[in-house]
Amino acid sequence: MNDLIALSLTQAREALKTKQISATQLTKAYLAAIETQNPRLNAFITVTADRALEDAKRSDAKLQRGEGGALEGIPLAIKDLFCTNGIKTTAASKILANFVPPYESTVTSKLWEAGAVMLGKTNLDEFAMGSSNTTSHFGNVINPWKAQNSEKNLVPGGSSGGSAASVAAGLCLAATGTDTGGSIRQPAAFCGIVGIKPTYGRSSRFGTIAFASSLDQAGMFARNVADAALTQQIISGHDPKDSTSAPLAVPDFSKALTGEVKGLRIGIPKEYRVEGMNPEIAALWDKGIAWLKQAGAEIVDIALPHTQYALATYYIIAPAEASSNLARYDGIRYGLRSVTESGGLQDLYCQTRAEGFGKEVKRRIMIGTYVLSAGYYDAYYKKAQKVRYLIREDFKQAFEKVDAILTPTAPSAAFAIGENTQDPIAMYLNDVFTVPASLAGLPAISLPAGLSGNGLPLGLQIIGKSFDEETMLRVAYSIEQQAGFKGLV
Amino acid sequence: MDTKTIEKIAKLAHIQLQDAEKQGLAEELSKLFDWIEELQEVNTDHTPMLMSVSETALPWREDVITDGNKQKDILANAPKSEFNCFVVPKVINDE
Repeated sequence: MNDLIALSLTQAREALKTKQISATQLTKAYLAAIETQNPRLNAFITVTADRALEDAKRSDAKLQRGEGGALEGIPLAIKDLFCTNGIKTTAASKILANFVPPYESTVTSKLWEAGAVMLGKTNLDEFAMGSSNTTSHFGNVINPWKAQNSEKNLVPGGSSGGSAASVAAGLCLAATGTDTGGSIRQPAAFCGIVGIKPTYGRSSRFGTIAFASSLDQAGMFARNVADAALTQQIISGHDPKDSTSAPLAVPDFSKALTGEVKGLRIGIPKEYRVEGMNPEIAALWDKGIAWLKQAGAEIVDIALPHTQYALATYYIIAPAEASSNLARYDGIRYGLRSVTESGGLQDLYCQTRAEGFGKEVKRRIMIGTYVLSAGYYDAYYKKAQKVRYLIREDFKQAFEKVDAILTPTAPSAAFAIGENTQDPIAMYLNDVFTVPASLAGLPAISLPAGLSGNGLPLGLQIIGKSFDEETMLRVAYSIEQQAGFKGLV
Repeated sequence: MDTKTIEKIAKLAHIQLQDAEKQGLAEELSKLFDWIEELQEVNTDHTPMLMSVSETALPWREDVITDGNKQKDILANAPKSEFNCFVVPKVINDE
C-alpha cells in the first residue's frame, strides 16, 4: 500500500499544512489507486481526473502561501446523487445517464469552498433505492472485503455503495453519501468504515436528487470517527435554499471526541434483539455494551415499542414520496426521452419512464402511487404517518432517560451478490435497525467494531438526540478506541 | 392485487408495462401489502399524522425574484428544444 494513501484524512491534512507532501502528489496517488482498482470494484461512475489535478494545483498554491480551507488539498469522492456543476450527475439511472447539471449542490459547494479536491462521482443504487448497490444502471459495486477462503464477490451495501467501497479500498480520503432509511450506515457497516447520518435538517438537501424528501439527509463516510466528524461539520449548516434545513449553528464536532463517556446513559432497546438474531451480531452488540460500561457509561434498558412497525411504515412513506418526486422525469425538460414518438404526449411520458427507470425504481413508484391513490390513502399513507408519529414518540420518551442509544447497524455482514434479490422484502429487512432513526429524523452513526467469524466487518450504530450529534460522536469515539478495528487501509 | 389493479396504478404512474412485468408486480406487491397489513394492529385512533420531523415552522420570505436570465441553463439538458422552448408532441387536434 502506498504510503500516501495510508495517511488518514487528519494525518494528510497535517502533512499538507506542514508541506511534507503536496496536494498534487496526494491526488495523483489516489487517481492511480482508482485506475488500478476501479475496474474491479466499479465504485466510480465518473472519474474527474483533470478536475482533480486542477483542484490540487490550486490547493498547492494556497498551501504554499500558508492559506487554505479546512480541507485544502484533500481528495474526496462524491455520490452521484449530488448535482455538480458541469459534471455528469446520473443518480445511477438510465433516465439521467447524460444529465449535466448547470448548478452545484450546497453540500458539494461547501466541500469545494473548504478546499477539497474532487476525484469523481461514485456509483449507487438507482435513485438511492436499494441496500446492496445492485440496482445501478452502471453495474454492481463490489465490496473490497472478501470472506476468508472465498473469492465470492460481496455487495458493499446500499444505496451509497460506491462511496463506501471507495473509502474502504483507499480510493479517496472521505466520500459523501445520502441516507434515507440506512443508505449511509448499512454500507459503512458492510465495508468496515464510519458513516454519519446527521439529524434531519442538519445538512442542506439543495441540489441533491430527491428520493424521499422527509427522510433524505446528506452525510459523510470516512476511515475513522475523527475524519467523519471533521468532514460532517463542513457539509452541515443552514441553507436558505432548503426550507427544511435548520437555522441552527453547527457545533465543533471534533471537540466532542474526548474519549470520555463517564456518566453518560446509554440506552439498549430490547425490541432490537429480534427473534432469530444472528448470534455474531448479538455478540458484537454485547461487546459494545461491555466497552461502554468499562469506560464508565451507565447502561439503561429502554423500550421502543413500535420498532416492529418501522419497516412497514417506511415502505409506505418512502415510496409515496418517491412516486411524487420522480414524477418530474418525463422526457421533456431533461433526461432520457423515448424515441418512439408514435403516440401523443401521454404515450411519450409512459414510454420514456418505461425505458428510463429500472425494475426496483418502477416497483417503488408503483407502491407509492398505490398508497396515495383514492380509496387507499387513508388505509396506507395516513396510517403510516400516524405510526411514524408513534415511533418518534417512542424515541422522545426514551431520550428522557438516556443520552444515546446503542444498537447493531445491520442484521448481517455483507452478503454475496445475487442473494436477497428474489424477494424484495428480504432485501428491505437489511434496514430493520436503521429505518426507525430515519423516521424519527434522529442523528445516527455506524462504526466498524469487529469481524464476523469469516472475517467480514460488522458495525455498531449509535443514535443521538435530535441535533445532538456531539454526544453520538463522543460515544462512537470511545467505542472506536476500545474496538481497535483494523480497516483495509 | 391482480393485473387489472396493476394496470390502473401504472396508468396513474405514467409507466408503460409489458404483460410479463404486470404479472410479476402483481405478485410482489400482493406479498408486500400482506406484510404492510400488520400496521392495522396499531391503534392510531387518537394519533396525529407526522408529516415532517422538522420542529421549526417553514420560513417565509419576500415574494421577489432572486435570479433570472437562465434560459440557456434551463434548456441545456432538454432532449428536444426549438425557438428557446421545450418541444412536446402535438397535443391539440387539427379539427
